[in-house]
Amino acid sequence: MSERVYLDHASAWPLRPEARQAWTDAAALVWADPTRSHREGRTARDLLDRATVTTAAALGADEGSLVWTSGGTEAVHLAVLGAARAAERRGEPRTHLVCSAVEHSSVLRACERLRDEHGYTLDVVGVDGAGLVDPDAVAALVGDRTLAVHVQHANHEVGAIQPTNEIAHVCRRVGALLHVDACQTVGQLGVTLEQLGADLLSASGAKFGGPAGTGLLAVGRRGRVHALLEGDERQRRRRSGALDVAGIAATAVALEVARANLQTERSARELVRRHLRRRLPEAVPDVQVHGPLADAHPGIVAVSALYVDGEALVSRLDEAGYALHSGSSCASTSGEPSHVLMAMGVLTHGHVRISIGPDLDVAGADAFVAAYAEVVERLRRSSGPRRS
Amino acid sequence: MSELPTSDDAVEVDATGLSCPMPVIELAKAIDKVAVGRSVRLLATDPAAKVDVPVWCRMQRQELRAQEERDRVWHFEVRRVH
Repeated sequence: MSERVYLDHASAWPLRPEARQAWTDAAALVWADPTRSHREGRTARDLLDRATVTTAAALGADEGSLVWTSGGTEAVHLAVLGAARAAERRGEPRTHLVCSAVEHSSVLRACERLRDEHGYTLDVVGVDGAGLVDPDAVAALVGDRTLAVHVQHANHEVGAIQPTNEIAHVCRRVGALLHVDACQTVGQLGVTLEQLGADLLSASGAKFGGPAGTGLLAVGRRGRVHALLEGDERQRRRRSGALDVAGIAATAVALEVARANLQTERSARELVRRHLRRRLPEAVPDVQVHGPLADAHPGIVAVSALYVDGEALVSRLDEAGYALHSGSSCASTSGEPSHVLMAMGVLTHGHVRISIGPDLDVAGADAFVAAYAEVVERLRRSSGPRRS
Repeated sequence: MSELPTSDDAVEVDATGLSCPMPVIELAKAIDKVAVGRSVRLLATDPAAKVDVPVWCRMQRQELRAQEERDRVWHFEVRRVH
């Protein structure tokens, strides 16, 4: 087949045309430092302010509560490490953290850094077979020494949506902060600080159709972060350094467009997601579909096939015209299986994540299933046991 | 996981040094060859085996009789049920 089908939206959403236009328009207009008082600076400031106001409103955050970062990873690090810095500066004796076993590795690494380099204690709460965190398990771990709980909104590999609101109640009882990594859901599900119960919310522009290189942290009324990048007074001393105003303007536009299309995109994807979950095991023997059927991310389908190397699956499907990602490590240099699938206790090898966009319809999904079935069959014939 | 004594008449399959999905493929091939009621003892160093071997047993409805790690090698005993 000649036409490419992109099924890796959870890694990077294609740049939305409106965002591309906003990006080039802004880049032509704005280059000066928005903190300067000359006219060129004021022009940049106006554009930055407009982007900040609309984005903050979309997230149900105060305008002054938004911190722009270089992407989702930096936003997460600011939430984890910046909250710890702020607490230390206030002299708060809270040095205990909780995160889930299925967090994005950027969250896990940041938490581990506090544990390994700054003497914090870290409890990693497990998940069930669908990838869900039990709020009672969090409640059993937190106490008056807990600084923060870090839980994603939706899992990046299997799409499980976590019960952040119930976890928020647990956090409030003990005076701990809740940071929600919403990189997978902002612009794709209705997400506000209040809806999630979050004190800190991290997001990535590249995941909803903005340019890569812009992320944000929304800081709720109880949230406090202190800069990791220091050197000037920008962004209320929560993040120094010159801002990519054009990228921010484009990100704000991408979020506006994503929100305007949210219901349409969401229902179209949900329909195809459920179709794929049903069809894949019908079409291919010995596969396991992961994550919850209901209350899940509308664009993520995760499936593992017995007797198949995940990386080989990805490259054969790429040859067949499909772009997707494998969480399997069979052929990768890391050699470590996906920590998400391991925590769930589900099949880690032969895994692919199908993260669908709004353009894939049921017929397109059926064509993918046929291609997937053929590739799995071919790979099994070459290496797997012959099943009668 | 049950701490059953492993049976002496199990067929041993050494999949140490093999990465996924090879240990599970070797297990499936070996189970195909033993009689119902007999067991396969699988050795594996692949970190995925810890999860994937029990999952294979559930998916294929075969019995995982023992699973333990000794000196960074996973030892599994799987009994052919059908």
